Amino acid sequence: MKLNLKVWRQKDRFSEGKMVDYSLDNVNTHMSFLEMLDTLNDQLIRNNEEPIEFDHDCREGICGQCGVVINGIAHGPLKNTTTCQLHMREFKDNETILIEPFRALGFPIKKDLKVDRSAFDRIISSGGFVSVNTGQAPEANSIPVSHDIAEAAFDSAACIGCGACVATCKNGSAALFTAAKITQMALLPQGKEERSHRVLNMIAQMDKEEFGHCSNTEACEVECPQGISVLNIARMNYEYNRASFLRSKKR
Amino acid sequence: MNTLAHKIIMALTGLFLCFFLLIHFLGNTQLFLPPEHAQQSFNAYSSFLTGNFLVKLVSYVLYLSILLHAIYALIISKKNNNTGGHYKDDQRARSSKWYSRNMGVLGTIILIFIVLHFQNFWYVYKFGKISLDPWGHKDLYTVVVTAFQQGWLVIIYVLAMIALAYHLIHGISSGVRTLGLFNPKFVRWINVFGIWYSIIICTGFALMPIFIYFTHK
Ligand code: FES
Repeated sequence: MKLNLKVWRQKDRFSEGKMVDYSLDNVNTHMSFLEMLDTLNDQLIRNNEEPIEFDHDCREGICGQCGVVINGIAHGPLKNTTTCQLHMREFKDNETILIEPFRALGFPIKKDLKVDRSAFDRIISSGGFVSVNTGQAPEANSIPVSHDIAEAAFDSAACIGCGACVATCKNGSAALFTAAKITQMALLPQGKEERSHRVLNMIAQMDKEEFGHCSNTEACEVECPQGISVLNIARMNYEYNRASFLRSKKR
Repeated sequence: MNTLAHKIIMALTGLFLCFFLLIHFLGNTQLFLPPEHAQQSFNAYSSFLTGNFLVKLVSYVLYLSILLHAIYALIISKKNNNTGGHYKDDQRARSSKWYSRNMGVLGTIILIFIVLHFQNFWYVYKFGKISLDPWGHKDLYTVVVTAFQQGWLVIIYVLAMIALAYHLIHGISSGVRTLGLFNPKFVRWINVFGIWYSIIICTGFALMPIFIYFTHK
């Protein structure tokens, strides 16, 4: 198949970018979206042009490293699918495809389709962990966790941190990501110990990173490759309200 | 103050305003009574409200809520406009409801309506020249009936109630979420409750000017 591509090209963080047109022949419908971009880069390199930079790693939908906005939708038209798991059979021959980076104030563009998502790392460092001594793994049954709780925690932990929620949110809010990380730990006995600290610190960091307010449009849940529920945000709000209340009582 | 604290102010003031609407609505259903009854009971009710200390207190909370709700909406929207991304081709609309994305627009319509509404009745009642009814109360009923003889005003009121209904449908579920209700079953109940609450109250309010327009000729 043949494709007309409009791709965002931007030299570096500080320069203005623009959409550039490319046409690509002989695209195999079994290619993934990233393989299609590889093919385009191959063509660019052969023509002595600079290849398009984009993020990727596992290419099997589990690492959360890939992610571009395809025809105005984060990770493209398929529901619950990362960019690397999207295949060219979802597109028509001769179709025009617009490819843009994830955009939000909290996600500055580094180059072309690559964005700086280190804000997520800093949110995690601010509280997305449990403080336990390392060493030999403890006996698994020493802290019982019921099946339902374990499943719910896994549902939240399924977040791969790709940032599609931020890119999809009209406010560029990182509420769904932060909430999933807070919830996965708030549910488990190990995480309950530091729950108040965690939620207050992570939300403080989230705000510092210039993410917007959540206005509960729920678009993030729809476009999330892992289908992380917006009820995680409700849980984060609960945890936050609880922690602020307890803190005010202590004073 | 952080983003969540802003949202809590929005939620608390918003939910208080929703509750106020119910009281306001129940009181105003007296307008649906036959005219001679309605005049007496509606005017007596109005003068009872102005005389009561507790009601006065609640009215100040009400003015404050409207003010805070509007101010924080402005603060939040200003930040969100800045933090959200803009795309050359934007198809993100597919994943959310239009009214959830346009709460600010709906809110502005409602705020303009509130100013008009205050000027129509509240101002006239408090500071305007207003005659007494046969029972010695200020005759607000006649002011209401005269106002709603104007077709354009009726249309504005109905349009404002449509905006209000959409604003409430999103607002109630969003506000309750901000307060932290996460149990899926209760969330579903609240969402259904919120939709019915909004539709019933706003339809009821919209019917008042329509009813008066068509029954008083
Ligand atoms: S590259 Fe790992 S999820 Fe797409």
